[in-house]
Amino acid sequence: MNQSLFDRKILQRASVDACVKLDPRTLIKNPVMFITMVGALLTTFYLFTGHATGFNIQIAIWLWFTVLFANFSEAIAEGRGKAQADSLRRTRTQSMARFIVNGVESRKNSSDLRKGDVVVCETGDTIPGDGEVIEGVATVDEAAITGESAPVVRESGGDRSAVTGGTKVISDRILIRITNDPGNSFLDRMIHLVEGAKRQKTPNEIALSILLAGLTIIFLLAVATLKFFADYSGHAAGQDLSDIVTVPVLISLLVCLIPTTIGGLLSAIGISGMDRLIQKNVIATSGRAVEAAGDIDVLLLDKTGTITLGNRMATEFIPAPGVSEKELAEKAQLSSMSDETPEGRSIVVLAKDKFQLRGEAADVKDMSFIPFTAQTRMSGVDLRVGNASVQIRKGAFDSVDKWVQTLGGNSSPEVRSAVDRVAKAGGTPLVVSQDAKILGVIYLKDIVKGGIRERFAELRKMGIKTVMITGDNPLTAAAIAAEAGVDDFMAESTPEMKLQRIRDEQAGGHLVAMTGDGTNDAPALAQADVGVAMNTGTQAAREAGNMVDLDSNPTKLIEIVETGKQLLMTRGALTTFSVANDVAKYFAILPALFATLYATSGGNGPLATLNVMGLASPHSAILSAVIFNALVIVALIPLALKGIAYRSLGAAALLRRNLVIYGLGGLVAPFIGIKLIDMLLKMGGLV
Amino acid sequence: MNRFDVLQVFLSLAVLLVCAPPLGTFMYKVYVGERHLFSWLRPLELVCEKFLGRIAQDEMNWKEYSLAVLFFNAIGILFVFLLQLLQAKLPLNPQGFAAPTWDLSLNTAVSFVTNTNWQAYSGENTLGYLVQMLALAVQNFLSAAVGMSVAIALARGIARKNSQTIGNFWQDTVRGTLYILLPLSILLAVVLAGTGVVQNFSSYPTAQTLESAQQVIPMGPAASQIAIKQLGTNGGGFFNANSAHPFENPSPFSNWLELISILLLPAGIVFTFGEMVKSRRQGWTIFLTMFALLAAGLSISLWAEYSFNPAIGSAAMMEGKELRFGITNSVLWSTFTSAASNGSVNAMHSSLSPIAGGIALFNIMLGEIIFGGLGSGLYGMILFVIMTVFLAGLMVGRTPEYLGKKIEAREIQMVILAILLPSAAILIGAGAAAVLPAGLSSLSSKGPHGLSEILYAYVSAGGNNGSAFAGLNANTVYYNVTLAVVMLLGRFGVIFPVLAIAGNLAAKKYSPPSIGTFTTDNALFVVLLIGVIIIVGGLTFFPALTLGPIVEHFLMLSGKVF
Repeated sequence: MNQSLFDRKILQRASVDACVKLDPRTLIKNPVMFITMVGALLTTFYLFTGHATGFNIQIAIWLWFTVLFANFSEAIAEGRGKAQADSLRRTRTQSMARFIVNGVESRKNSSDLRKGDVVVCETGDTIPGDGEVIEGVATVDEAAITGESAPVVRESGGDRSAVTGGTKVISDRILIRITNDPGNSFLDRMIHLVEGAKRQKTPNEIALSILLAGLTIIFLLAVATLKFFADYSGHAAGQDLSDIVTVPVLISLLVCLIPTTIGGLLSAIGISGMDRLIQKNVIATSGRAVEAAGDIDVLLLDKTGTITLGNRMATEFIPAPGVSEKELAEKAQLSSMSDETPEGRSIVVLAKDKFQLRGEAADVKDMSFIPFTAQTRMSGVDLRVGNASVQIRKGAFDSVDKWVQTLGGNSSPEVRSAVDRVAKAGGTPLVVSQDAKILGVIYLKDIVKGGIRERFAELRKMGIKTVMITGDNPLTAAAIAAEAGVDDFMAESTPEMKLQRIRDEQAGGHLVAMTGDGTNDAPALAQADVGVAMNTGTQAAREAGNMVDLDSNPTKLIEIVETGKQLLMTRGALTTFSVANDVAKYFAILPALFATLYATSGGNGPLATLNVMGLASPHSAILSAVIFNALVIVALIPLALKGIAYRSLGAAALLRRNLVIYGLGGLVAPFIGIKLIDMLLKMGGLV
Repeated sequence: MNRFDVLQVFLSLAVLLVCAPPLGTFMYKVYVGERHLFSWLRPLELVCEKFLGRIAQDEMNWKEYSLAVLFFNAIGILFVFLLQLLQAKLPLNPQGFAAPTWDLSLNTAVSFVTNTNWQAYSGENTLGYLVQMLALAVQNFLSAAVGMSVAIALARGIARKNSQTIGNFWQDTVRGTLYILLPLSILLAVVLAGTGVVQNFSSYPTAQTLESAQQVIPMGPAASQIAIKQLGTNGGGFFNANSAHPFENPSPFSNWLELISILLLPAGIVFTFGEMVKSRRQGWTIFLTMFALLAAGLSISLWAEYSFNPAIGSAAMMEGKELRFGITNSVLWSTFTSAASNGSVNAMHSSLSPIAGGIALFNIMLGEIIFGGLGSGLYGMILFVIMTVFLAGLMVGRTPEYLGKKIEAREIQMVILAILLPSAAILIGAGAAAVLPAGLSSLSSKGPHGLSEILYAYVSAGGNNGSAFAGLNANTVYYNVTLAVVMLLGRFGVIFPVLAIAGNLAAKKYSPPSIGTFTTDNALFVVLLIGVIIIVGGLTFFPALTLGPIVEHFLMLSGKVF
């Protein structure tokens, strides 16, 4: 789902769209550009009243360009979404669904499926619509949606039961209950979203639009009344200013003063904000959610998968008194040979790494594996060494201790203290026994993801508090929390506690983001200000959140927050730039208008002193300002689309940085730009 | 400037710095009902409470508060208007003045109720003592008290969370008048009377001058009115010459007292705001922003006045200034009053150098927020603070917040409305007057100076300042009516949006600040705020200023005056 910033096709389509968007019914939604277009129209009419001078024609052309450039920026931003929508639409081809009623299969067009229908999909079938797997397990290729070519497992029950229409089953057979009516599927919504068809202005965008419209009215008044003041002054000086204070010139002044730069780029910024999320494989259901992401100050993060690698790993063997470490390792390895859990495999690997054990002791016979059950809460192996039959077990301390006691054995204080030590350090102690004797403890460690600590430090600098959610006991949780560097943790948490925590934080004025995938996460996802559902999650979770991460990577929450902040920052920076530009434009146009006012004997009057840029002539000064004003929109399109660079600094440092670049830059840049254009115009003999 | 000039400037600013913070704390106590210096006046408040009944006790939402403001001021305008029209039939009119024309009465009524105190009349020739005292002096108190009430309501709105109400208008206004304005005015009036300001009910005696001419000497209860005129950022003089008149301002000491009284309360209430929103730093930040703008304007004006003037071939322009006060005191006064929305003058602003006159004009154009009108300066400044927070706050990557309250569409809408209405009224009013015969016929000067006169009149009305550039004959039906409209828009076009903002913010929840929050109480914010004020407030009027004071300055440099 990646594409270069300016694809040729997109540029072509955007150029056409820019003209289509001149429709006043579209343009009225953007008051700043609407006023600009009215100005362009008036100037054009003025040409036909016998004022078609080279200067006036050029002004009219550049005013039209100003509007077109603004439309163009919006069209490009939309175009990138449209291109994505097209590729998505191609996957939404009609397919025949194998429809099941009372166990009898019949064929039905996928577009005729309704909520609650049950369909069957086998190897090679395209899943006809969004739904929930109600029977079976299958591997599914979701590349059409996620762009990820590795297939994923979908199974009934649990948290991986949701399937998406348009994806393809590549092995096995599943029964699916359809959860959406046609036209309302995940894919449909995605298409709408990336196309911007349902785009609504976000709250902050509305507020900013009001501000821009207000500034526009103020400047409209300032320019309109300037005409009267100019008439008075001309009269008072006994001069005729009517050949310079003309309609096109006043309109030029107005267009230069009203915030056309931000007004023209505002919607492009908003669209590209969502677009950037899509590039990161995150689908936001509304622009509002993206904006809220920038405001997040509390992140609830699940420990497993986000903070730690999904699996605990064996890192140490701690033998009981009188037992060698190698013996413990050997027995632990034997007990885990058939244990396919990641923990079991990590024990085998550790034993191999440490003592080159391969689990192939020569005199071992008749191995029979005892799987883990919820009742015994242990797993292990029964085997014969020589003639003796041996029972090896591994499990939580309580279970193994109880088991050993029933065999007449007992645990030593050393083992107990080793168990405590491991638990306090945030690990999981697994105790290994042989018959009635406890051999020692395996240290299973939660491995904190590399770089996550630095990530949390960055978040802290951004003023965001991280809260780790885990089912672990408080002791273990505290240890991992300390290692990962989170600000707070919730141990032994339940979905209800999670929901309550979100409500509490919100009552305290915080904005909360979280990720989740299970059905029991759904209420919390709905309650959170930003709820990111994993694409692998249940349909309920995906419906409840306001974003879906197609990669199902919980760490991405951090990038989502950054994207939201970047969006707001880009808006603020370009607004500041736009407003700061006005100073230079005054210094270009006002002296041009009134250079000869109160001149004692022809030539220049006192206000020519204000021509600090030394612009060649009044006409060239005005035209330069108008051209600069139009070109700056084009020049800033890449910035609007990419967003301004985000660094995780504190607010104060960020502000200083952006103020220098966009505030100070906004003051200085037009002085240079206008002067350059003025020189070019003069060289080209255009004025 | 000699060292006494420097000393006077320094002393005036120092008094402001030293006195304003404790004054703010005192005012805070008054409004929240804590024990304070004048708590012993409580029985009087109880009398008012008893008289007003329940309406003076129940908390009000912003609409009720606005309605109370509207009602109170409408009654005020009507009362002052009628009292003038009936003055010939009323007592305490020893000179037997006839009723002013309806348009002048209307203009004066609106002017005093809106805390503008624009005077299209000449006090000693038009109004009797009863009108001066019962209509004008009373409104001097009440209009100032209303300004404070609105500012306090806004502070409450920011400080409260999840609340529907922003206080009680009647209670606020009674407390502001009773505990703050009355005691301080009485104190100042007594001291001023001691310095020689007149205070009597005599009819005007006639004196024979050395040249054997007959001269009528105006009299009246001036000291009491002048005290509140200065303290309440009113500025409406008892006499036409205002504080340039020796009976209103007899000595350098009285001049200094009157000067520091101009900014004392508007500066103090900034600290009251800080205390109310539980952030003294915020109070200081706003104060320092105002102080910096004041100092900058003062410096430029002094520079302009003391610079060599090729038109008269000397450095000090004394024409139109009181010899008793000299240039420094005149410039201090013009800067302080134009900053403070106080319409009083001790020199004719028309006689200032173009740049110093322009600074006075510019101070008012910014919206009277450099300390500004009592209360109104503060809430006007908060509008700019909110706008700054909105513009710059986005740059830290969060939706903007001010003191824990999110700034959203509704607030921005109201901020824009409050900035737009007065600006629109001023620009349209001045633009029309500059081309219509009815406007032009009142001009006494030609060229850019004439434009400055017109501009100044409408800017002064829209900013509720009230000072005049002089030279403009404002007592015509055209000016009386249009200026009254501009004054109303300049006052209530800001008050109602401000109260709406207060109500909106009060209802919001509070988001605690974090390191990611945009801070509004440091030096960087002061710089930002000044930038936004200059660009947004200033650029609106820059074209008009160019054709008035700026062009006049350049012309003066080439030896041409108007």
